[in-house]
This record gives sequence, structure tokens and C-alpha cells, in this order.
Amino acid sequence: MSATETFRIEVNGRPAEARRGETLLDVCRHAGVDVPTLCHLPDLAPSGACRICVVDVRGRGLVPSCSCPVEPGMSVETNSQSATRARKTIVELLLANHPDDCLYCVRHGECELQDLAQRYGVRERRYVTAKNDHHVDISSPSLVRDPAKCILCGKCVRVCEEVMGVAAIDFIRRGSRTLVAPAFNRGLNVSTCINCGQCVMVCPTGALHEKSHLKEVQDALDDPAVTVVVQHAPAVSVSLAEEFGLEPGADVEALMVTALRRLGFARVFDTSFAADLTIMEEASELVSRLKGGGRLPMFTSCSPGWVKFVEQFYPDLMPNLSTCKSPQQMMGAVVKRVWAGREGLDPRRVFSVAIMPCIAKKFEAQRPGMGDAEDVPDVDAVLTTRELARLIRLHGLDLARMTPGAPDLPLGERSTAGKLFGGTGGVMEAALRTAHWLVTGREMYHLTIGAVRGLEGVKEARVKLDDVELGVAVVSGLGRARRLLEEVRAGRDDLHFIEVMTCPGGCVGGGGQPLRADTGAVLSRLEGLYRIDRSEPVRLSHRNRHVQELYDEVLGEPLGARSHELLHTHYHARDGAV
Amino acid sequence: MSPRVVDILERFPGAHRDSLIPILQAVQEQEGFLSQDSVLAIGRHLDLPASKVYGVATFYNQFRFTPVGRFHVQVCRGTACHVKGSANVLDAIERELGVKAGGTTRDGLFSLEVVACIGACGLAPVIAVGGDFHAGVAPRDVPGIFAAYRERAKEGGSDAA
Repeated sequence: MSATETFRIEVNGRPAEARRGETLLDVCRHAGVDVPTLCHLPDLAPSGACRICVVDVRGRGLVPSCSCPVEPGMSVETNSQSATRARKTIVELLLANHPDDCLYCVRHGECELQDLAQRYGVRERRYVTAKNDHHVDISSPSLVRDPAKCILCGKCVRVCEEVMGVAAIDFIRRGSRTLVAPAFNRGLNVSTCINCGQCVMVCPTGALHEKSHLKEVQDALDDPAVTVVVQHAPAVSVSLAEEFGLEPGADVEALMVTALRRLGFARVFDTSFAADLTIMEEASELVSRLKGGGRLPMFTSCSPGWVKFVEQFYPDLMPNLSTCKSPQQMMGAVVKRVWAGREGLDPRRVFSVAIMPCIAKKFEAQRPGMGDAEDVPDVDAVLTTRELARLIRLHGLDLARMTPGAPDLPLGERSTAGKLFGGTGGVMEAALRTAHWLVTGREMYHLTIGAVRGLEGVKEARVKLDDVELGVAVVSGLGRARRLLEEVRAGRDDLHFIEVMTCPGGCVGGGGQPLRADTGAVLSRLEGLYRIDRSEPVRLSHRNRHVQELYDEVLGEPLGARSHELLHTHYHARDGAV
Repeated sequence: MSPRVVDILERFPGAHRDSLIPILQAVQEQEGFLSQDSVLAIGRHLDLPASKVYGVATFYNQFRFTPVGRFHVQVCRGTACHVKGSANVLDAIERELGVKAGGTTRDGLFSLEVVACIGACGLAPVIAVGGDFHAGVAPRDVPGIFAAYRERAKEGGSDAA
């Protein structure tokens, strides 16, 4: 029998197309029949842990559809009385030791367990046991881990190990004492956790969530003595729409700018400005390394999860990391140490907020070296896309009805190259456009570099800058990055420049993004960025007028002394992480 | 890290994850417990993350993560002892020592372990302290039993087995 053999089975009395090798769950979903899951992760092997996906197969009884291969002649009832009863019982058992503090839970209204309890009509506590009383782990700068709310579906464990290649957490102990925790049941802050938040994206409950900075931001906004400025990352404007029921990938930047002003931010800047600045520095650094000034291949350094990953697992490759700070931190340094002075403001009275698709940015903002000589931090608070949506709702603003607004200058000006930073391949594309200009003195003829676009996890290309041919690679998802790093360690030498984004798909798929987005939604966000790149005139970072002005008036030239002070950083090996 | 653990790992050259449990057992037999350093070293040797090594080790009751005390206390929770009230005995010992099963008292005198069956069902409920068996233990006997061992430790007397 061939792998693509198709046949028909019966699902809820109607014919459904099935292909050999598919699971019953696949077949049901293709047929438009919804079967709930809790532990299922698309693209990974089924674990069959939660049993909520049971369906009734004629002649066999209840089977977990996620791990049952489809066979010809099957007849399946997804909502037979025994199947729905079993699901309800499973939910009731999961709720037996659950804290039941839904009203106070960050995932209230966005919780898969709560939804299932509603769907199956759980109206009473049928199993009475002691509540979980595990301690909340607040040690991480990015994440809160609340094992009492954990239903042990294992998705976080699998994403961390199988997708991200980190394995910071695992099941510990056994039976009713089982817990998902880092090694030695210690805090996430001393673990190998890279703060990417992909575990948050798959967590069905409130057991894993971002560490919120909303209170700090609101306090600053309410303080008349403080000037609160905000920057928003490239991926945010094409993702925020989903939080308000609009189309995934719709660019709501102009509406968001107005909303941010209405929330009380004194200036609305664009992280994409700093992305253009990053490109000036990073493309110059690449060219300088190509001319013999440093280790190749050069790795991008804008993704803080990736940076920590290299520091703890590949310290021997730290010299390959670009020394450029990320756009968030470049913007932070320019705001506090250049812009504030020009506006006659004391940097200590400026509160700098970053809106990011990412929770590792919260960790990055407090890395050593991310402030001035007196340790005034460059970025004071980081809000995720989700937290921004919460803030907008808190203030009762209707995003769709905002009058479109324009960002503040000079730090709100951007090229579309800077905007491309929000998705996998974007840093590469932007950097190559500017590197071409630096090396040849001419612009690239075709600005769009198709080979580095799209959601594919690993992309490689050869790019010519006159007589120099560069080998470039683009990776998203650190499990895949690990494999490429092993090749580099083993001596692979045909690559000059490697872009790595921690999260699958890049920042558009980041750990701070709207929950429950499928691959289609992430792709829509990425296409939103490409649409912006197609439709605007300034597509090159080195054509950003205000970036050039910053060089003329303050920085001098890329990689100059002032640039090094403000825009570059150091890395350190992390042997202690467990 | 203990050179003895290094020696043990050298006995498993080129080992893979299927050697994890034998290595954990060998290290515990040598060291009496699994220290964080040992867990990390085993992980490095097998190319396994520490979270995984720790996860496997905590799955099994046989592994402990604190050093054994001068007197190792085993409380039988087998069927016969259970029927005769060993749950209450364990409870009383945990209160007396101020540690839970798997723990070691701060003064390093006692470490507490729960075992499935000690093989002395006729003596139920039975506990072993530093190798001495105590038969038919009731919760009210517990303070007296441990006071005797504290006394013995003070006199610097023999620890027995």
C-alpha cells in the first residue's frame, strides 16, 4: 500500500476522506468535525496523555483519536453519549485538585480547561480532594510558573525539548505528586530556561504565563513627574488585531499609535527605527568581519532567547555573535542617553516602555550592561502584545474605531527593512540590502530575497555582493539552530552570516503574542510584514533619514566609539545554569 | 565534584541514555545519595539535560537527594505494617524528626526513608534505625526510640551497622 493511499471512513454518519498514516483526529479535523484536545501538538508525535480526544469507534469503543491510526472501514462517532461522558469525567477529574480561582486567573476567558468545563456542562464539583498547593515560581524575569494550575498535559515539556532544544523543565516525581519543574525543582531563573515563552503559548491553563509589567507601566503613566515614552516592535502591529477579533495579519499600526497616545504615552516611537539602526551597525560589522576583522559566520543577536542559548550551550561560539544590541535596547539607549538630553529631560524622569511580541525581552531589559554608567536602565518595562491588549481593554478603548495616527519623530521613522525584523528571514533580508550598498556602493536590483522568506524553519541561500559570494542561513526555532551550530562546530565553513530567531517563524510567532494562533495566523502576520515592504517607498535601512541624522549629529559612523558605547554589548558564558 | 563519581562515570565509557538508571544506582551506592553535582555530571556524561536526569531519578523511590544521616531510618509501609497502622508511625517520626520522608535532619543524625516491605511482617509495624529493627512500634514509642539514639550519638558510642 502506498503512503498516499486514500479511502473513506464514516465520521458521525457522514463520509470523510482519510489518508493512510493519518490519525483519527486528523481525519475528523479535515472533515470539519471538532474534537477537543489538551495534550496534542501539531507536528510532534502524539503523546496520548490527556484522553480528552476520545471518540467512539464502532466495534472498538472509546479510543484516543490523536494517537489512533485511521483504517479503512472505520465508523466513528465523536459525540456519542459514552464519548461525551468520558470527556466530561476527564474534565471533572482534572478539576478535582485545581485551585478553582478562575475569576482571578490571568487566563480567565482564554483557558482551554475552562472552555471544556463549559462545553461539557460541568456544574458541580464531583470529585472532592485536596487542592494543589504547589508554590508559585516567580524567580524568572520573564515567566511565572504556577504548578497548582498545571494539568500535566506535558506540552510545555515537549516544546521546550523537542522544538526549542532547551529542556529546561521536565516531569519530576510520580503519580499524584508529579510536577513540571526545572532540575532540582529550583527556580526558572537558575535553570537553562531561555525565557522564550513557547511554553506559555502551548499551556492550556494559567500554569505558565508572562511576568506582567502592567502595574509598573500604569504607575508611571499616572505619575505627572515622569515622561513615559513607548516603542513598539515590528511584529506587534500585524498581530494586535487578533486580540480584538480582527483579521490575523492586518496592520493596525496607525490605530495602535492613536490608542497608545490615548493611554497616556507622551511619545510613540517605533522599534523599527532602531532596527534600521541595528542594520547600519550589523551590516557594517558583517562587512568588517568579511574583510578579516573577526569570527565567521556571524550570528545575529537581536533575539535574547537565542543569545542566552549560545551563552549557556555554545560559549565557544560567543565570538560569532554580533556585538550589536537588539533594536529594543538600541532604542532604549538612544531614548535615555540621546533623546532625553535633547528634550531637556532628566533620564531618571523618563520611563521607557517597549511593546514586544516576546517575553524574553523582559529578561533582556535587565541584562547587565543595558543601562548607563549609573545603572539607569535603558528600558524600564516591557509589555507583550497580550499585555498591551489588556491595557487597551482596561481603558475601554475600541481599537478598530481609533483615528489613524502617525508616530513621533525622529525615533518613529522607519524603513520597511526595519519592519521586516518581525519575521524569520527579515533581519537577513534587511542586512543584505544594506551590506550590498556598503560593499558595492549600489543598491540591490531585486530588494526582495525570496530564498530567505516564508515560515520554513531552515533556509539557506548564496548571495552575491559584486565579486563576493556570501553563504547565508536563516533559522527559527532553536532545536533547528542547535543542529546548525553542531555543523559549524564540526567545521562547516561555507556560511558567512546566520540569522537565528528563537521562536518558530520569528517574532511573529513569539511568546508574547496573541494566544491560540495556528500556523496560518502566524503566516498571515508574516505576510502582513511583506505587504508593508511592498507598499512603502523607503525599503532600505540606510535610507532612513532620521537614522542618518543620528549618525551625523551624535554617533559619527557605524562601529565608531559612540556607537560602541550606546549600541553594542558583551556576552558571558553561563556555566551555572541547570 | 567527587573523584569517586568521576571513577564511576569512567566505568561507563560512551554510554547512552539507556545507562542512566544503572549509573544513578552506582553513584547512589557509592555516595549514599545523588548530589546536584552528581546529577549534573551524569547529565554531561550522557549528553542529557539535568532536568531529564532529575526527572527520572525522582520518579523512583530508591533515589535520595540528601546525604544519609548517621542513623538511617527505614519505615516499612508494606501491607502488613500498613494494616497495623504504619501510616501513623511514619507521621509521628516525621514530627519527631522535623523532616519528611527522603529528608535528613539538620544535625545530620537521622535520615528518613519509606520502604515498601522490610521482610519482617511478623513484627509489624516495623522500623529500622541504623540497622536495628524495632518491632510493633506505636506512635507513642517514637520519642523514646529516637531519644536513645541521640543519647548514643552524644556518648560517641558505636553507630551499629
